[in-house]
Amino acid sequence: MTRIPHTLQLTPFHPRTAPLIRGHTWRRWSGHAAASVYDWTHEHEYAAIRNAAALLDVSPLHKYRISGRDATRLLDRVVTRNVAKAAIGQVLYTGWCDAAGKLIDDGTISRLGEQEYRLTSAEPNLRWLHRNAFGLQVAIEEVSQALGALALQGPLSRAVLNAVAERPVDGLKYFRVMDNRIAGTDIQVSRTGYTGDLGYELWIPAAAALPVWDALVARGADYGLTPAGIWALDVARIEAGLVMLDVDYQSAHRAMIEAQMSTPFELALDWTVSFDKGPYNGRRALQAERERGPAWRFVGIEVNWDSFEALHTTVDLAPAVPAVAWRASVPVYRAGSQVGYASSGCWSPLLKKYLALAHLSAPHFDPDTPVELEVTVEHQRLRAAAVVRKLPFYDPPRKRA
Amino acid sequence: MTNRYDAIVIGGGHNGLVTAAYLARAGRKVIVLERRELLGGAAVSEQVFPGFTFSVFSYVVSLLRPEIIRDLELARYGLQILPLESTVTPLPDGDYLASWNDPDLTRREISRHSPLDAEAMIEFGRLMHHIARSVKPFLSLMPPDPTSLSLRDLRGMLKLGGHLESLGSERFHALYKLLTMSSADYLDEWFECEPLKATKSASGIIGSFLGPRSPGSAYVLLHHYMGEIDGAFRAWGFCKGGNGTVSNAIAAAARSWGAVLRTDAAVTQVLVRNGRATGVALETGEEFTAPVVVSGLDARRTYLELVAEKELPDELLEQVRRFRFRGSSGKVNLALSELPDFSCMPGIGPQHRGAFSISPSVDYLERAYDDAKYGGFSRRPYMDIVFPSMIDPGMAPPGAHVASIFVQYAPSAIDGGWTPARREAFGDTVIDTLAEYAPNLKSAILHRQVLTPADIQEKIGISEGNIFHGELSLQQLFFLRPAAHWAGYRTPIPGYYHCSSSTHPGGGVMGAAGRLAARAILEDA
Repeated sequence: MTRIPHTLQLTPFHPRTAPLIRGHTWRRWSGHAAASVYDWTHEHEYAAIRNAAALLDVSPLHKYRISGRDATRLLDRVVTRNVAKAAIGQVLYTGWCDAAGKLIDDGTISRLGEQEYRLTSAEPNLRWLHRNAFGLQVAIEEVSQALGALALQGPLSRAVLNAVAERPVDGLKYFRVMDNRIAGTDIQVSRTGYTGDLGYELWIPAAAALPVWDALVARGADYGLTPAGIWALDVARIEAGLVMLDVDYQSAHRAMIEAQMSTPFELALDWTVSFDKGPYNGRRALQAERERGPAWRFVGIEVNWDSFEALHTTVDLAPAVPAVAWRASVPVYRAGSQVGYASSGCWSPLLKKYLALAHLSAPHFDPDTPVELEVTVEHQRLRAAAVVRKLPFYDPPRKRA
Repeated sequence: MTNRYDAIVIGGGHNGLVTAAYLARAGRKVIVLERRELLGGAAVSEQVFPGFTFSVFSYVVSLLRPEIIRDLELARYGLQILPLESTVTPLPDGDYLASWNDPDLTRREISRHSPLDAEAMIEFGRLMHHIARSVKPFLSLMPPDPTSLSLRDLRGMLKLGGHLESLGSERFHALYKLLTMSSADYLDEWFECEPLKATKSASGIIGSFLGPRSPGSAYVLLHHYMGEIDGAFRAWGFCKGGNGTVSNAIAAAARSWGAVLRTDAAVTQVLVRNGRATGVALETGEEFTAPVVVSGLDARRTYLELVAEKELPDELLEQVRRFRFRGSSGKVNLALSELPDFSCMPGIGPQHRGAFSISPSVDYLERAYDDAKYGGFSRRPYMDIVFPSMIDPGMAPPGAHVASIFVQYAPSAIDGGWTPARREAFGDTVIDTLAEYAPNLKSAILHRQVLTPADIQEKIGISEGNIFHGELSLQQLFFLRPAAHWAGYRTPIPGYYHCSSSTHPGGGVMGAAGRLAARAILEDA
């Protein structure tokens, strides 16, 4: 008999990740238990992303297998990128919109065959896919539970994979996917990730999740492979300027009012919006917005150190930088008026800068525009000088090389 | 003369108490006259069996207007609303469908039955939230008369029109559908999972002589979405101490402003002199005088029993005679030596802190209605079961429990009338049905109280035992509640007012009618 679940859902890697988590720092991710950090602090885990190799359990992503005669047509009806143009073995990052061009979710599409795809998303999208599949011959299968996912990220991730996987990954280009085998299990490896670094994501049948994890951890030890949690990932993805659902924007399906919704242009995802394909959800609205220009823009904010330090010096304190990324709405000002808000921010140990991701209204979002970010020093709301930057903040050549 | 007041409220139900509290707060010298030995009307807690406290009639709270809680400082006077965390629908095949207080858990659970419905729930919830917000202003609005050209009515209609305009097309059309469709049809547009549709559609039949496939039931569904607790719509809670605490808190607030609350004082007649209400007479012959008399009784009693027909216009009398009550709900309260152990979810656990709903399919509910339609009680009834002692341990002795079972259908106009034997047969049917899902139930029963619409009418005076003081059907709502031209809490008799759930916005332990009536009275002063 079905019992009432008494915990969050557990990922296929939970038997391995649970013993590693020292401070019981679990958090919720799509109804799953996910590690915020395994170690006492995330410093080492973050460093592994930028310095060696980090292993992240990203199984809570929603995953759909879409196949059948009209699989391409369905995806091209739904998402903003041109799916038909993708080569087999190619992976596309894309968003998808409602009819008003407001973003519902974002994720990746892996073209696994002529008419076979895997779509990943942050939130459940089965109903939306079904509703859009009206009249099409296509099978939409949720494989979220059946498929575990690991992100192997960092400059040594390629070396780790080459040591563990049966087939070398040297030839695997950025945003491409290949079949491979680890510990006798058929898996897929895509050169994708959420860190803006060299990295891979591994798509592993849930039943064989543990041997794959064990093999990676065993051989990876020689390369400084470190299991990493969301805190480390958060810093890396802010440096990479990658937008996050429910943090930097709200799904058009969840937002309570229109003002809470965003378009791909507002989120600086222009490059994912295709106008060289047939009709798709939101196309007309997006076309109009492209001509009009977006009212908002997702940009980087770099806090001026001298200003930030001065605000602390006044109260006889050294500047306290946010080592753990914050996820909150923080006002951004220009010339005394609020011109937008930051939605996440952190200290970048790599760039030695206080960074934030922000939404600024026109015409305040051009790079190098001087703005002010609200900071709280000793319970006082103050404003530190800052400047608008183009994203990403960090973009190492090895990411694509 | 000591029996002289500024206002007399007939009936100490929660609406009467709310009116009295607001009038007293405004400085009026108020007396409430309650026929029974305790205040509260249908919101009472009683020890029917020693050591066990039953919320005898109404048993949960949600619709109680937050502005009343604030204005009357009900938290200060003992109102404590505890969360009802879940709803579990046991299914005939031994499985169940549950919704929990956590969205992730609920999505996971509904996904077992239908992944599409699990996602639809989120958007459905958002739309219903918008609708509930959209109709919220109506709950605090004195219904304007759309056929009147008075400044007050015109202003009201203008406000209304402006509000409807502001909804936008999606919400306006959803509202229109909710006003006109059946709850089953409305839910069919969203969901595919049968027990999910049935359990949701059950909200559309409560207190009504309607099946889930009857047009109009979608409105009743909406009515149950209008509640809010701590700002969350569609939140239902359990009042510590039972629903009598709601009445007692309002009573305490009223007393704090000097209101006199008398029990064992059955008003038989409203005194009318020269066409004006001047006071009331009790069964005992005792009289009270006041320039304002407010009836907290249902429309039938307010217009047809408390005053002489000659005082009222024929067309109003005719409308009130046609006002539909048709009580359809019964109640079974149990004192239990142990909790029912449901086979679908064995053991005692968090499920017992929420509701169990016997609503496996829309067909099941519709068949239950069919029985009632042709003059019987449902042989397989719909039930909403809660265990108040699991939420407030003070409701029963340690280790023992109370169960509150709301049942449909028990038609007030049952073939042959409600006799003690028929009442007990009805009680047996309820217990037999429930025992199929929880086999230990029968041996756990220490005491059983069965209430039919006839009992509700007899004990607390509501005509035909209708829990809403008259059905919440479209032709009995808003400017037609309880009658055209007389939806504004005033009556044709100057000085005589009406504050019961027979007036807008209807029943459900809202208190809104009582508050609006007080406002009308103070406006007239």
